[in-house]
Amino acid sequence: MRNLRLFALTIAVLAGLFGVQFVISGYPVLALTRILILAVFAMGYNVLMGYTGLVSLGHALFFAAGLYGAGLAAYYGGVALPIAFAAGIAAAAVLSLVVGLLALRTQTVSFMIVTLMFAQAGYLATLHFSAITGGDQGLSLPAHARSFSLLGQEIALTSATARYNIALAVFAVVLLALYALTQGPRGRLFAAVRENPERTRMLGYDVGRIRLLAFTVSGTISGVAGALYGLMFGFIGSSFAEFRSSVEVLLFTLVGGPGTLFGPLVGTTVMTLLIDRLSGLTSAYLIAVGVLLIVLTLWFPKGILGTIRDRWAPWLR
Amino acid sequence: MNLAPYLLLATLEGLVQASVFALTALGLSLVFGVMRVVNVAHGEFFTLGAVGAWLCAMLLPGHPAISFAAALVAAPLAVGALAWAADRLILKRIDYDPEATIVSTIGLMYVIQQVVLMTFGPDARAVDAPFWYTIRFPWFGWSGYKVFIIVVAVALVGGLWLAMRHTRFGLIMRATQYDRETAQNFGIPVDRVYAAVFALGAMFAAVAGVLVVPNSQAHYLMGHDPLLMSFVVVIVGGLGSLPGTVAAAVLIGMADGWLSVFFSPTLAKIFSTLLVALVLVFRPAGLFGKAVRA
Repeated sequence: MRNLRLFALTIAVLAGLFGVQFVISGYPVLALTRILILAVFAMGYNVLMGYTGLVSLGHALFFAAGLYGAGLAAYYGGVALPIAFAAGIAAAAVLSLVVGLLALRTQTVSFMIVTLMFAQAGYLATLHFSAITGGDQGLSLPAHARSFSLLGQEIALTSATARYNIALAVFAVVLLALYALTQGPRGRLFAAVRENPERTRMLGYDVGRIRLLAFTVSGTISGVAGALYGLMFGFIGSSFAEFRSSVEVLLFTLVGGPGTLFGPLVGTTVMTLLIDRLSGLTSAYLIAVGVLLIVLTLWFPKGILGTIRDRWAPWLR
Repeated sequence: MNLAPYLLLATLEGLVQASVFALTALGLSLVFGVMRVVNVAHGEFFTLGAVGAWLCAMLLPGHPAISFAAALVAAPLAVGALAWAADRLILKRIDYDPEATIVSTIGLMYVIQQVVLMTFGPDARAVDAPFWYTIRFPWFGWSGYKVFIIVVAVALVGGLWLAMRHTRFGLIMRATQYDRETAQNFGIPVDRVYAAVFALGAMFAAVAGVLVVPNSQAHYLMGHDPLLMSFVVVIVGGLGSLPGTVAAAVLIGMADGWLSVFFSPTLAKIFSTLLVALVLVFRPAGLFGKAVRA
């Protein structure tokens, strides 16, 4: 394909992630499962923020749409898990299309505030309708929603190995899809809109449609992560819809390197491990989030992989 | 059921709300108007004002009025100094880039909030009102201290208005707001104006924080709601327009008071967040604003 070295790296990373489960066991498997799912969230965010240059402060809304769409379908509808998963993704896709149509009428600061306000309204709605959503306390999915059958095989989500491999499979599909999207002509258009929207428009492209496509893809992938997270761990709660989620996904992307294929994975890994460590030490672990946001904007706006790309490896995009 | 007493109470409480919103939102509006940046840490300056009032009450035993008066002066000064430092150390270095400013002030918000959590602790703490006086209505008694909140707010808002219109510093601020580069060419030290405006905006939030404590309580997360409501007020009133901000503060403070008589507070907040989003999408200049110079 177009970027052979990046493609080789993609295959190598996926192979490594598959192999690592035979080496580690216990808590690290669980941690890595969470990292993979949250990395999918950050990869979705990165499509909009990194590749297209639109900074949203409301992606918790789409993660939560996937989470609640899938979780409520499984909890109340009692449908099979693959169908619940699809329902979550569909909810996020529809919501991101609608919010995108409205929010993309604004730009930069207004865009950030509009996305923030929509997400805040969504979060408050999960609290307000707590009779259905369980609000703060959340809902634990019942036993029948903790396993499903695939090709005649019964798969229990209580098994750590099953969870890891499902998360890895979804991660791999999203990663390969994003490779195809971002390294191809669409990816060029995203970058063109990011770097110079006026010139892109002058060349005859519909900037509004490109942005809407990026927004919807971004929101839908965030919803994939949310649906997966809810079903895997059998819990849905409004804390996932909080402003903090939107900030964390922004931070993951910033740390790893916006506009790079592997930036979200790197950023999510580094930050999840750091937050895990710190929250064992102090209840005020969010201070690290704050300090990092300031340090990154001041000195490392391109993140880890963005800096490596600019210095040594221009193909890392 | 006779609704009149409820509505009277809602109106009075709404006026107090409106005063607090007006003070907090004016700080945000001033910063946005002059510097064209959004300060997400604004709610934390409010919290710091409240914590400052609590600290003064701890350090200065004796009549609560003394410590309260001290807090009313010391807390805004300390918060202003902090904001000034944040401007010099962070915002100036990123050249007031609008998006980077939002990201870094989110960082600042978490830093301040978590430092307050580590030092002040997770509990809500009360501070005595500087004086006790109850206004008797036929149906209920109402704290005279709340009238004091309204009076201080009106005085400060009026003061800012006069200062913007009739003082040299006000003229400099308006010139910087109108056209940064031309102002600089005329020898206005735009850098220092920015630092001063950022500090002044934070001080308004801090005063509001001090005023609120005797009425509610100090808590490390108390800045969330004022931040949200300031956004609502500033955006509905028209970004950067001071009269619009005040009008919106009164309107929204009163509406908040009345709506919470009939609806749950969460539902009222859902309405106001959606209102902000839709105003920004369809009427970017605000409901009362004229089109802003690009």
